[in-house]
Order: sequence, then structure tokens, then C-alpha cells
Amino acid sequence: MLTQRAKEVDRRPMTFLESIYLWNIVKGMGITISHLFKKKATIQYPEEKRTFSKVFRGLHVLNRDAEGRENCTACGLCAVACPAEAITMEAAERLPGEENLYREEKYAAKYEINMLRCIFCGLCEEACPKDAIYLSQTFAPANYGRKGFIYKKEDLLIPNPVTDKEAYEKALGDKAAKN
Amino acid sequence: MTNEIKKEAPANFKVTIDNITVEVAPGTSILNAARKIGGDVTPPAMCYYSKLQGSGGKCRTCLVEVAAGSTADPRPMPNLVASCRTNVMDGMIVKNITSERVQDARAGVVEFLLLNHPLDCPICDQAGECHMQDLGYEHGKEGTRYEFKRRTFELEDIGPYIQLHMTRCILCYRCTYVADQLTDNRVHGILDRGDHAEISTYISKAIDNDFSGNMIDVCPVGALTDKTFRFKNRVWFTKPVDAHRDCSTCCGKVTLWQRGDDVLRVTARKDEWGEVQSYDGKPGWICNTCRFHKKKASDWVIEGVSNINRHSVIAQNKYQGLIMPKETIAEVMGGREPKLLMDIHSISDVNSVDISALPGPATSKTFEKKEQ
Repeated sequence: MLTQRAKEVDRRPMTFLESIYLWNIVKGMGITISHLFKKKATIQYPEEKRTFSKVFRGLHVLNRDAEGRENCTACGLCAVACPAEAITMEAAERLPGEENLYREEKYAAKYEINMLRCIFCGLCEEACPKDAIYLSQTFAPANYGRKGFIYKKEDLLIPNPVTDKEAYEKALGDKAAKN
Repeated sequence: MTNEIKKEAPANFKVTIDNITVEVAPGTSILNAARKIGGDVTPPAMCYYSKLQGSGGKCRTCLVEVAAGSTADPRPMPNLVASCRTNVMDGMIVKNITSERVQDARAGVVEFLLLNHPLDCPICDQAGECHMQDLGYEHGKEGTRYEFKRRTFELEDIGPYIQLHMTRCILCYRCTYVADQLTDNRVHGILDRGDHAEISTYISKAIDNDFSGNMIDVCPVGALTDKTFRFKNRVWFTKPVDAHRDCSTCCGKVTLWQRGDDVLRVTARKDEWGEVQSYDGKPGWICNTCRFHKKKASDWVIEGVSNINRHSVIAQNKYQGLIMPKETIAEVMGGREPKLLMDIHSISDVNSVDISALPGPATSKTFEKKEQ
């Protein structure tokens, strides 16, 4: 005896009824037709969109605090955590009078993510000590050129909650509940 | 008793630290004996600096347990002792990592040192090479029980080269010893007492001694940092390279912290204990000219990549050599160059301004000028 599932092959010659394959065709068509009445697995994409899972890791967003100041202090932990080396930044010192723009005395003057390199692993979000970067529930839109995939700080920053509360909350998405 | 006193002391003392026996000369401190063994046995030290006379005995991180005082008097010492200030005796048995009491006390010391520390590591330029970070990581506890407001100070400008962040200071006094022992006119010391004690230049006098920059290297935290490097880059993104030049005032042997070919920072070379390296028994302090004014790769003779412990964050994402790997696409494509190769610099905004050439930190004005 081999395994429990071993079946001996039936090598007897087919009878006439078996050789016209009628029953097998009916059986197969039954499966095909039954699928017409089942729920479709596909959706009409541009009009319809699927909801992402709560843990979906999409396009990055640079967060602001409730007063609209940028959280990022250019500490570089996201960039050092990034396995694809997609993140680059340049830091600058906050000048007197810029306190309403940046939360800490140092901020990211330049912040770029190369979406061609990014693998959306979310390690940057985990590394961030300032709750400044997170992966949202959208993905990077298609583009004809590669240059369009270098996302700069303007592209990544969340709308200001003071001036544009609605857009801010929309961009924040499910993350609002988490924080 | 009298016979015992008359007995000559042996030429070398045998001391056992964490079950490892080492022979050291009389007058050696327990800490230095442990450093002779090296590795995990060595207690951490925040204030002791072997190249600065009189340093040590302030931070209490190097506490060890003495299980037996000496062969002559094998009684244990009742309290933990500061290993940087306690000299070895013949037959002394010391417990550091093998003693639970020491580990517990050290966690307490870390908690005390962090009481007023702002923990602004994401902003701090010392992050990545900070002894306080290492200490907290290895010996500290996760939380703090301190519920009060941390002490703060008004930002004081102590000159164009050194940035003082008094909030980060742990009052180890190393920098005042540098001011005392390396420079002639001391203009820098500690004001006030107790909780109010602060490092300051007296009457806000600028520090313009030629060796004052060494305060940056001895500072175990980010209280004294290089203003010419301020916010320019993170330590772990820069590439440490050993270099030297002929300098009339100092040894001229330094570590350059480069990004590409730009020199972002110059420091003295550090040994395995985070102290300035010695050459022929003399500590390799470097002068301010080397540290602050020679920020071009052409000013230096480059020796090679510095040896960085591979467990350090500074060792992350580094090539071992200094020669850039060559482009191989054309080679494998039979001589054809790629038609659609995107040059990242044609689109990226980073590196649009030569940050290494700035005398201080970049601000919004730095980037505005470029755009006009």
C-alpha cells in the first residue's frame, strides 16, 4: 500500500456511452454555466474601485500636526531603514518666524522618494520617531516618464489641516483612528 | 601586622575582572585594567577620559562591584565603586557584567542621566555616535518615571564654530578639562550649582582658542557639536575616511566625514573607547584650522576608509573601498549604451546647493537664493 490517496488507474476499455463523452460534457458545462450566476470576481476598474485593506501600504504621505506644522525633522531614520534606498533628504535649520511651518528646530528642506525604487515595505513608517511619514491607501498613479516617479516634498505633504481641513482628513484616511 | 606592611609590593598587580585575570601596573584604575581586557567586561564611561587629567568620578556609569579588596584584605567593598577612580590592588576581584547589583545600579544611573535629557535624537547631530545613546540602549530601561518638567536653558551662542545645547548636557566636565588643559586662556567653565549648573563661557566670551574644537570630540552627548556641520547630514550617511595633512600646530591626523567628495566634517580619529587616538603616547588632538577651515578633499592626503565597528549604524550602507564601482551596462550589452537611462540628478532637487561649502546650517534662505 502506498499512500491513502493512491488510486489504481482504471485501464478497462471505454463502453459506447462513455466514448461519446455526453455525460462529461454536461458535467463540464454545468460548472461553466453555474458561474454565470455567481458573484463576479472582477470590477469595472476606473468607475469602480476596491477598498483597500486597513493594513494596505500605498503612497507615502508626509504628515503635519494639528496646527499644520510639518512633523518631519529630517532625522534620516526612514532613509537608513529603507532597504531600497529610495529616500533622500536635505535638512535645514528653522529660522525665527518659521515656527508655524515646522514643528522642530530642524526640518527637511528637501525630501524625495524615488517611487521606482520604493518597494512599499513600510519600514520608513516604522522607523519614523515623529509620526511624520506613513503609507496611505492610494498607490502611485501610472506615468509615461520615469521622471514623474521622483516624488518631492510638495507631492508628499498632506494638505494643511488649518487651511484645508477636508482635504487633510481625506488624505489622512484610516490613519486618523490609529493615532 | 608590621611584617605585612614591610613586605614589598609586587611589580605587577593581578586583578580578576569578571573571572578574567589580568596583570597591571600598580596605580592603574579598575576601568583601565578592564580596558586592557577589552570587550564586554569594560564598564562604560561617560565622564572619564583617559587623555584628560582629573576627569572621571562624576557620571557613575562605570560602577563595579569589588568582591574582594585584595589578597591581604579579601573583604568585599560594601558599596559599588566608581571604577575610573578606584585603583586596583593585588588579588582584587571585580564583578562587572557578572554582578546583578551592578547592572541594576547602572540602569538607575542611566535613568538619572536621562532625567533632564531632552531625547531630541532625531534633531541632534550627535545621534549615531552618541555615547548616551549606546548607554541607554545597552543599560537603560524603556520608560522614565520622571513626571516633572525637564530643565531648559536659553540658547547661548558660544562662537561661530561650536554649538552649545545646554539641555543635552550631562555635566561630565570633559569640555572644561579640555579648556583647562589644552588651551591657555580658559574662557569656558561651569556656572551655578546643583540642578542649575550649566556649561558656559564666562560673560558669553567666544571660544577662540586654537584647540577649543576638541571639546566637540570629547563631549559624550550632543551638547557641544560642530556648527560647521550643523544639520548638514546625519552621521550614518557620511563616509568616514582617514586623512592627514602637514599642520604646524597639531598632528594633522583626522577623520574626514565625506559625502561623495564633499568633506562635511573633520574630527580627530577615535579609538575603540570613543576617545581621541594617541600617536606615540601623545593624544592626537587637532587644531581648529584643521577642523573648521580645511573642508576640501584637496586639502588632505586621504589614507583610506576608516575602520568602523560593523555593529555601528555608521557602518550601514557603505562601500568598503574608495573607488566607485564602474558602470557595466555597456559591457554586457555588447558595447551599446542604454538609450533610456534616467540621470537622477536631472530631476532631483537634492544636491542643488553645495551644503558642504556653507559656514553653518542650511536655512530656507539657502534654498531661496538658488531658485531665483
